Formats: sequence, C-alpha cells, structure tokens
Amino acid sequence: MTFQSGAKRDFQVVGKRLVRPDGIDKVTGKALYGADFSAPGMLFGRVLRSPHPHARIVSIDVSAAESLEGVKAIVTGWDLAEPEDEAIRDIRDNCLARDKVLYDGHAVAAVAATSKSIAKEAIRLIKVEYEILPHVTDVDVAFRPDAPAVQEGRSDETVPEESSPNITRRFEFGHGNLEDCFAKADKIVERSFKTAATHQGYIEPHACLASLGSDGRGELWCCTQGQYLVRTVCSEILGLEASQLRVTASEIGGGFGGKTTVFIEPVALALSGKAGRPVKLVMSREEVFRASGPTCSSSIDVKIGMTKDGRITAGEAVLRYSGGAFPCETVQFGSQAAFAAYDLDAVKTHGFNVMTNRPKEVAYRAPGAPMAVYAVESVVDELCQEFDLDPLEVRLKNAARKGTLSAYGPTFNEIGLMATLEAAKAHPHYSAPLGPNQGRGLSCGFWFNFGGNTCVSLNINSDGTVGVVEGNPDIGGSRASISMMAAEELGVPYEKVRTVIADTNTLGYNDTTDGSRVTFAVGLATIEAARDAIKEMCGRVAKLWGIDEEAVIWENGCAKPASSNAGDFEPMSLADIAAIADNTGGPIAGHYEVNADGAGVSFGVHLCDVEVDRETGSTQILRYTVFQDAGKAVHPDYVEGQMQGGAVQGIGWALNEEYIYGEDGKLQNAGFLDYRVPVASDLPQIDTVILEIPNPGHPYGVRGVGETSIVPPLAAISNAVCRATGVRMTELPLSPARLQKALQEA
Amino acid sequence: MKYVRPDSYEAASALLGEETGIARILSGGTDVLVQMRSEVVEPSLIIDLKHLDGMREIVTEDGGFRIGAAVSGAQLAEHEALCAAWPGVVEAAGLIGSSQIQSRASLAGNLCNGSPAADSVPAMVAAGAVARVFGAEGFRDVPVAEIPAGPGKTNLKKGEFLISIYLPARPERAGDAYLRFIPRTEMDIAVCSAGINLVTGEDGTCTEARVALGAVAPTVILVEDAASALIGSKLDDGALKGLAAAVEAACRPIGDKRGTVEFRTKTAGVLARRAAEIAYQRAGAKR
Repeated sequence: MTFQSGAKRDFQVVGKRLVRPDGIDKVTGKALYGADFSAPGMLFGRVLRSPHPHARIVSIDVSAAESLEGVKAIVTGWDLAEPEDEAIRDIRDNCLARDKVLYDGHAVAAVAATSKSIAKEAIRLIKVEYEILPHVTDVDVAFRPDAPAVQEGRSDETVPEESSPNITRRFEFGHGNLEDCFAKADKIVERSFKTAATHQGYIEPHACLASLGSDGRGELWCCTQGQYLVRTVCSEILGLEASQLRVTASEIGGGFGGKTTVFIEPVALALSGKAGRPVKLVMSREEVFRASGPTCSSSIDVKIGMTKDGRITAGEAVLRYSGGAFPCETVQFGSQAAFAAYDLDAVKTHGFNVMTNRPKEVAYRAPGAPMAVYAVESVVDELCQEFDLDPLEVRLKNAARKGTLSAYGPTFNEIGLMATLEAAKAHPHYSAPLGPNQGRGLSCGFWFNFGGNTCVSLNINSDGTVGVVEGNPDIGGSRASISMMAAEELGVPYEKVRTVIADTNTLGYNDTTDGSRVTFAVGLATIEAARDAIKEMCGRVAKLWGIDEEAVIWENGCAKPASSNAGDFEPMSLADIAAIADNTGGPIAGHYEVNADGAGVSFGVHLCDVEVDRETGSTQILRYTVFQDAGKAVHPDYVEGQMQGGAVQGIGWALNEEYIYGEDGKLQNAGFLDYRVPVASDLPQIDTVILEIPNPGHPYGVRGVGETSIVPPLAAISNAVCRATGVRMTELPLSPARLQKALQEA
Repeated sequence: MKYVRPDSYEAASALLGEETGIARILSGGTDVLVQMRSEVVEPSLIIDLKHLDGMREIVTEDGGFRIGAAVSGAQLAEHEALCAAWPGVVEAAGLIGSSQIQSRASLAGNLCNGSPAADSVPAMVAAGAVARVFGAEGFRDVPVAEIPAGPGKTNLKKGEFLISIYLPARPERAGDAYLRFIPRTEMDIAVCSAGINLVTGEDGTCTEARVALGAVAPTVILVEDAASALIGSKLDDGALKGLAAAVEAACRPIGDKRGTVEFRTKTAGVLARRAAEIAYQRAGAKR
C-alpha cells in the first residue's frame, strides 16, 4: 500500500512534545497494573516448579495438599485441553508440564487457596516423583549429535539427517557466488562468537486475575502485550470459544517482547474453573527469571572478505541459537538481519534452532538480531583495523541503499542507512579526542518492523471531543501518538482526543503490540478512521446545506464549501457538527480495518566511547550517541526514549547481563542482584539524533522505532573495548572477570 | 510469627533466650525484610530494638565514637566529626544499597547479617572497631573481627545482641579507606573488597597498619602480612607490590556467579593497593 501524501505536509500536532495522557496516573500510583485487579471471593494461586533441569514426571500426589483447609483447587498439565495447533500445545506444555519437565523452574502443578500462606503450604505438600534425565544447557553441546535429547522428534525436514535431535529447524538466506567473491578479497577473517541469554528485564512481573464459570464464560485481566493473542491461546488451551473469554489488558510495566505469550493465564483460568471462584496469580521475580522467556543464547561463526580499500567482497555466517526447551524461530530473524546493512554481491547465512534445557525463548526487542549483528560488525571492525581504514568510511562504502538486493531477499525501497551514517560522520562525537585506555566503537543496526492486523474505531462525541478505541496495549506511549495522529487528521486540539485500549469483545482482532508495529499500523488505521469520520461529517453538512457531498471539503477542523461555486456557507467545526448529530442521522463514527503492510525497515548507527580499567577488567561507558531513522517522529520524546532504552538494554547485554547455569543445570542468578541490568549511575546521557526519511507506506511517513536501537550496542561496545585495549573479545557479556583474564593473557 | 517491641535490653535478651524457633532482630530491617519476602527465612520471633536507649545515637567517648546499633548510614554520613576521623568506615557504610536503604541500614545490622561481603565490616575491622554486646550476663565488648563466624553466622551466644559499635580515637596523621569491586557502579554486593587503616610518622613512614579483606574467605579477614608490607615504608612501589602479593596470598575465595577465584584474588590485591594509596593521602602523607 502506498500513500500519495503529495507535497511535504506541514504538521500541526505531529512532531510536538506533548504531555502523555497516562503520565499522572503512573507517577501517582493510580494506574492499574496486572496485580492490581481483585474480585470478591478471590483465591490466591501459586505454582509448583521443577527443581530439575530435565526429568520424567513419574507421579504427582496431591492428596495431602487437597486435604489442607483453604485449598480450593489443584491443577496439573492433564487438566488442560488438547489444542490442534502444535505451537499452542507447546505453550500449554510450557505453562504446565506433561510427562517431562524440560528446565529448572518448569511449572508442574498449581494450587488456588483462600490465602497466600495456605497456597504456599499446599505447594509444599504436593509430592512429585521424578526420574532424572541427562540435561544440556549449552547451545554448542546441544548441537552435537550425541547430546541428550531435550525432546524427541521435533526436527523438521530442513534439518539434515544424523544431526543432533535438538536441532528443530534450519534456515538459509542469501545470494551470489561465495567462492568467487571470497577469492576477490585481500583478506578474509573468520571468527566464532558466543553470546549469553539475556532477559527483557521488565519491572512488572507477569500477573493476572481469572474468573471462569461452569458455563464456559470467562473474564481475564492480565498484563500483556496482546490481549487478542492471550484470548486465542487461552481459549484453545482451556477448550473455550473465543467469544466467551473476554480479555482485558492492564497497564503494562514493560514487556520488550517478553509479554507476547502466556505463562500463568491458562493456569489461573484452569484453577478458577475448578474452584468456581476468581483466582489471582502473580509471578515472583525469581519465577520470572526461571520460567518466563529470556532471549536466545547464541554461538555464531562469521567469515568476511574485504579488499584493502575497504570493499566487502562476500560474507557468510552460521548461527546456532538456543531457543530453550521448545522449537523456536528466532534464529531466522538473526540469519536475515546479520548482513542487512550491507550491499553485497555474495552473502549466505545458515541458521539453526537448537533446543536446550532452558526456559522457552520469547521475543526480546528485535529478536535474534543483536547477536547476529554483533558477530558481523565485530569482524567488519577487525578488517578495518587490519587495513587501517576508518570504520565509518568502510560502512559508507558498503552500505545498503535504495535498490540494494538485501541479504535476506527483498530489494530495499527508501531506507535511511546512508543518511544515518553521514549524520554520525558529521557529529562532533565522531571526532572528539580520546584519553588513555579509552576507545571508540561503532556499529550499524537493522530491524524489519511490522504492520499487521489492526482495527480502530473513532467516535465523534456530542460535545465535540473525540474518542479513539484501539486494541494494542500502550507499551511505549502509543496512546499519545495515536491521539496526536487523530488530532492532526481531524484538525482538532490534541487535548480533545482520548485514546483507550479495548478489551477483546469491544473491538475486532488486533495483532499483538510487537514488531514496532503500533505507531505505524494503528496510526495508519487511526488516520483512515478519522478520514472515514470526516467523510461522514462532510456528508451530513452537504445535506444541511443542500449541496453535493463532493462540494464539501474538510480543512482546519471544519467542513467548508469546496469553492465559492458550491455556495456561500459559514464553515462548520467538528463541534458544530457533533452538537446536532442527533438531527442529521445519529452518532458519528469512523472505522478502519486493515492487515497493514509497508512497515518500512529501520536502520541505526551507534557511537560509543569506553574506558577500560586494565587491572580490574571493568568497562565504563563514557559517551554514547544513537543515530536512527524514524521515518517521521510523531512524538519525538518517545522516539528518543526508544532509542535510549534500546541502547541501555544493549549496554547491559554487552557488559553484564547473562543467564548463568551451573553444572547441575540450574539457573544461578534468578534475581536482579546477580542478573545485572545497568543502573542509572552506570550510564552517561544517551545522546540521540533522529533522522526522518519518510516511509512511503504510511500517510505521515512513520516507521517503527522500538527495536532497531538494541541491535548495534553489542558490537559498538565490543569494538570500543577492542580499540581501548587491543584485545578482540568474542564472547558476551564482557564481564570484568572475562576481560581481566583476556587482558592478562594478551 | 510474633513481633515484639520490648522496653528494655533485659527484656529483649530474655525473649531471645526463651525463643525456640528462629528469632531475628529488627533494627533497619534491610536484610531481614528482604529475606522474609524472598522466603529465605521465616522467623517465628521478630524483636524490634531500635527505640531503646542509645540505639540511634552517635556519642563521643574517650575521643572515639560510640555508634548505636540502629544508627543509619545516612546518620553516619551527616556526622562531621566522625566523617573527618573515619572516612573509610563512613564511606563503606555508605555503599550499602540505595539512598532509601541508607536511611535504615546500620553498621551493626551489616555485621550481624554475617555476610563475608558486607561492605562496612572490612572497614570496621581495619579500624579496630569494638562491638558492645548485651546478653543474659550483661554487657561485654568484643572486637568486630571476632563477631562473624561464617556466611550467615555470628559468634553471638543465644540471648545476645549488639547495642553499639565503638570506633577508637585517632592519633595524628592517620587515615583509612575502603574500596570494593562490583560489576556495576552501585546497588550491588562486593565481589571482593579491601579496608585499610594506617598511621604515619612525621616523615611519612607508615608506623601502624591494618588490612582487612571482604568476600575472599568465609569471613572478613585481617591480613597481618599485608600490614607488615606497609609498616616501615613510605608506600613506595615495592611496598605496594608487597601489599598486593600478601593480599593475594591470603585470599581463599569461592568461585561463583559473582566472580572466579582468580578474579577475586587478583582484584583484591588491586583494591588493597588503591585503598592504601587513598588512606596514605588521608593521613596527610605524599608518595
């Protein structure tokens, strides 16, 4: 879909830094999050989790727990239904194990009781007999043909014979003749990299309140990125009809992709159905770490050839991602994104998903891309050092642009990579002097962005205000952006518009808040819904004036005669029209339903200065600048927030965050003390430069901005550390112990 | 679970002595409440003592400072004379937790929690601090170094609790310092740490020194060989090298998620050297 927006639009509302509508509620504590919902007669749920990384469940004896006073229901995996879809069966088995537990923390049973302390006691009384099985948590070990099988029979036809039973799928992307093009290189560098699994680290743990009656009608309030997805998955797992399960999304305390599936909602519904009372289930932080979805750990081999004047002749990568204990497709995105920033004659990537005895992977901001780009950008940097070439010039020389056949298939349309690189080159940061033990790194980053299924209703209220109803939880300020786009299109002040998030029975289906899709797709649908309402309003006015509909136009929030030929009428404002709607045909509303494509890819470039304490191996981030193409920044504060937030999460990934497993296959650091996200004092101000290369697929030129920013930091920091110390690190995180050792050995 | 707020030391000691289950003292609560919430411990008795006489006061005594067991980190940091005399101890206490935690966390609580990684303990041990303990037989004074028994354990007897910590008077030309290593810049637990306290002569020669290390053994340790490396020197490079070597030799850490054995050992030496340089400068001497 291409929008002919014509001449460059002079925006009145879009592009301003307006007050966020949810801000006061959030800072005063009035906003309702997942754990804030309660109901009369409510019970408290609690989950029993496996202490073993891999074991067969021989038996579960709940008799002692059942007879405890105050226990109203106990469920196991066998209380759940049999969904047709294999992916949903995997989600079910992740919510409550059947037959086998597949990772430390895997849910085995759950109870609902009249108090939290009774629920806790009941959990202790459940006796589970396990037959311990050999486990594997390292992706390279799991990749070997003789590795313990996490699950049997999950490999599809893409996986070569005689492979490890843990490889579930193989992906391949690329074009050109690798052999010929590598032969043109003056130097070929091959390196192997590893990255640790990291968690999204949202502040709000998963929480829900479920109420399911014996008539098969249910209500579910939960913290999620997609209430429609929750409805689909839960109704299948519980054997309900979708229309009978109403799901309402709470305010959300962060998700970053991690709330695009369910962990506790089907369990709470099953408990409620059994007990006949509402059940609240809230994960502890430890449960979040052990049993919600981190991203993949990875092992990646990269081979790149370059001429001595800095032209990349060919690139190849093999990517092995641990998707946890189930099939997972995230490695596909990594395989596609690895070389996306480059215009290459020959490129090939091979991606393998590998099962391990770890929690099931869930999307994390640009899922799969950061580690792939880290590996590629590290090797590009090494080649720049080899030939003593400026790393920015080398990127400019090889950058993908309009017309480039991308490494993953499509030919790029209007993209902002060159503009982003030029902005970085011109920025004072790039030429600022560095001190001893300091280094500067840079990396490009890329994300596809997504559109998808979207419904919007826009209601013109009789007092001249506007209500927008959309179906995507507001995770990054979208209510403000959506209101702004509605106000822009209608020509009314921003303050006159209120956007609310619908439950699943109030509005048609919407895809989940993911893929940086909301400002793009919901924005597009909102603009179209506004146009629909405008058409209706112009029609009403045409009838009043007794002229043709085509003779009435909409300008600056008013219906006007198209020209003096149409007649001489006073313009009527939206409020004027709304006030008399009763007499002109009843309520006025606009609608738009779409499966939006044309999302428009987004590129970013990050510059980072570090200083390394050579004695302790500690790395300090001194200066950091993000350059990113936003298409059109609807609310620049939020765009900058996304750019900064992604950079900070990437800094954590690069320096300290990691899932640490012991030899026993148990997670060692299930808490924020030893899973180290950066704290404020670890960071400098993250500077941002927004570029606006309009996306032809959106009426205002909007591109998604939420994910690209987590892609470059891993390589930007590792490259900076290399330039500060002379040591090329090939494993993340660059934790002090690892770096100190490498510096000592250098 | 019982919560009791006794009105005297004697009553508190009696309650603790009689309790058959798990008892915990509540002063700042910054460890106990976290442990309860995370279900590490479920006490049957909690005794709140912070209202008792002297518990929240800093008084000067014989030129030194008697610090009540419930005095917060924030109170320490606001006490000018204490900060001037024992900057290393005050800084160490100030590293615990966040600003919010600082308004509750105490030296005595940090000590009695029994963590080998407790920030204030190496600084107190280096300072030669003395704990005043109350029990069934009344008061007794115990060097802080003798309180920890191992991770999560103290040498206090049943019915005993701390009522104050005493930091002695300072001679001329004395300085102390504490440094810890954490992978972040705050809100963390020491991977290893070093507290140094020293006194110099008029010519800058180190005449007395105490070196204490955290998180490299089951308890905080006082390393006499490391102190010997400093005494008699003007903290020249050779002396500092000797200090680091003695520190490394004394380390017997575990390797875990927070740090490898090699990292803790090597870094403890680095920190001791850097802390010694700071303490030396605070004593008014120049290398």
